[in-house]
Amino acid sequence: MAAFIIRRLLQSIIVMLVVAFVAFSLFRYVGDPINNMVGQETTLEQREELRERLGLNDSFPVQFARFVGNAVQLEFGISYRQARPVEDLFAERLPATLELAIVSAIFALVFGLALGVYTALRNKSWSAQTIMGLSLVGVSLPTFLIGILLIWVFAVELGWLPSFGRGATVDIGGWTTGLLTASGLQSLILPAITLGLFQLTLIMRLVRAEMLEVLRTDYIKFARARGLSDRAIHFGHALKNTLVPVITITGLQLGAIIAFAIITETVFSWPGVGQLFIQAIQFVDIPVMAAYLVMISLFFVVINLIVDILYYVVDPRLRAERPGAVR
Amino acid sequence: MASEPQHLEPERANAAMIEADLATADEVRALSRWRRAWDSDVAYSFRRSPVALISSLVALVFILGAAFAPLIAPQNPFDPGSLNLMDGFTAPLEPNAFTGNTFLMGTDDQGRDILSTILYGSRVSLMVGFAGVIFAMVLGTVLGLTAGYLGGWVDAVIMRIADIQLSFPSILIALLIFGVGKALLPREMQDELAIYVLVLAIGLSGWVQFARTVRGTTLVEKNKEYVQAARLIGLHPMLIMLRHVLPNTLGPVLVIATISLALAVITEATLSFLGVGVPPTQPSLGTLIRIGQDFLFSGEWWITLFPSLALVTLALSVNLLGDWLRDALNPKLR
Repeated sequence: MAAFIIRRLLQSIIVMLVVAFVAFSLFRYVGDPINNMVGQETTLEQREELRERLGLNDSFPVQFARFVGNAVQLEFGISYRQARPVEDLFAERLPATLELAIVSAIFALVFGLALGVYTALRNKSWSAQTIMGLSLVGVSLPTFLIGILLIWVFAVELGWLPSFGRGATVDIGGWTTGLLTASGLQSLILPAITLGLFQLTLIMRLVRAEMLEVLRTDYIKFARARGLSDRAIHFGHALKNTLVPVITITGLQLGAIIAFAIITETVFSWPGVGQLFIQAIQFVDIPVMAAYLVMISLFFVVINLIVDILYYVVDPRLRAERPGAVR
Repeated sequence: MASEPQHLEPERANAAMIEADLATADEVRALSRWRRAWDSDVAYSFRRSPVALISSLVALVFILGAAFAPLIAPQNPFDPGSLNLMDGFTAPLEPNAFTGNTFLMGTDDQGRDILSTILYGSRVSLMVGFAGVIFAMVLGTVLGLTAGYLGGWVDAVIMRIADIQLSFPSILIALLIFGVGKALLPREMQDELAIYVLVLAIGLSGWVQFARTVRGTTLVEKNKEYVQAARLIGLHPMLIMLRHVLPNTLGPVLVIATISLALAVITEATLSFLGVGVPPTQPSLGTLIRIGQDFLFSGEWWITLFPSLALVTLALSVNLLGDWLRDALNPKLR
């Protein structure tokens, strides 16, 4: 167990170093950082002085080490476009993205599990068939179209829900939340559905497939022969055994949700980090791009790591193998 | 096979006869190639599958419509001379209040016919999609073949990179590559070259699927007897890879290419929708949807809805075609 975790940890650190290297090269070699920071009227001497002061004349390993050191302390320099520290920009916008991501993940997980179990148990019924058919449409619609469609129906035609922004927010010790106001909650509904729908269909189809598989196994037949109630069999025996792959996929999808939040945030003008990133690409704001790259990679790496370890904890069969034979 | 012994008969050394034979043999071969294609399992399954027939028909309509857009489209939406601002905001199939012109799918704020913009837009979308997929296919196949055939550290490095890339969503990779690519270009060329950067981004975000599949097939093929025989007679590894192993990996590659095309079209649309894809002077379907989104609130739903419908129809038909192809060829994909 310990060896497994250490090896995965080492792997993760290597991946993060590679990502940091890419982010650093971006910052250092795409365009001249000095040119991007100063105006036209700066003299050559001033530029040289700034270059020296920022340590841009140091050798490559020294600069890279400094970049990594700063990144570990969450310092990513000054945004070219907004002339403010990048970490401040992120701190302002991160709560919006995280709230959106977590709410849509919960939405996807709850409905995905429920619908998955339902369609598996009522496999042949027309309602289950309808849900399956609809889910196929859900998978093939691109995220931004789902958002536009929802806006058209619920915001424009019916006028029930707001179509942009976060509504009123409450500041709790630096964390702005929209979860405590009515307008904040209303504003959250459409973006959360947009973002969660794809994950919902994915989880639903996965749960359904796993359930159908498990329901065919011998121990379920044996449980039926013992005269256990349907409820005990379906939820106590069958569902429990479908959860391992569901945990993996849901965990991995959490990263995807944060990535796809870029699209949802653009559709709904949601003031999160995704929007910040898109603006950074449009205006070639490299420090912000580099910081986003590092942040999102860290998310993915950490999630992957946690999922792998959870997998190990949840499934005793993995633990039973010889050490060294894992993976 | 059965005709081989005939060729070995030494008595038929008449030049004219041989020539005549060769001519007919060529004809027979050409004819039998058609015959073989028509009789093949894939063609049979194609003729019998309504999904495949309809979706390929739809995809074909899109491809032809895009290819011949200048001939088919009622107007050239990017020639200001052919536009009439008075035609602006005409609803579908309703005559315009000022000019009395009727448009099948209505017009946008500038009086551009939506049908024409869709035809021209799918041109850009499909072009970027095809180019991106071909790029991903070539890169992925070459890397997968090399990794599988050579093995060792080459294999380890390539597949490690593939694993890491696979743990990120491809749209994110495409966004990042596009951002970096754009940053590398001088400012005045950014719009002009944006479309190539887009192709590069889509290609680089999609090569992993090809590489993994080709590597898998290569690992199986390289231990077969014909490859050992080729190695035994001293052929160059490059030649073995390209002439002997590669053709046997192409079935699954074709399936992935088809599905990738749908994905590439959607990726392109998403990037353009986010405003980081093709420049507004060359709108693709995604750009059209983004522009039209603003008019949704003032009631002009057709400006964004018809391009969206076109995008979904195109992506869905290509996707279904890919699904059918996978079942028909039945390679061991997953």
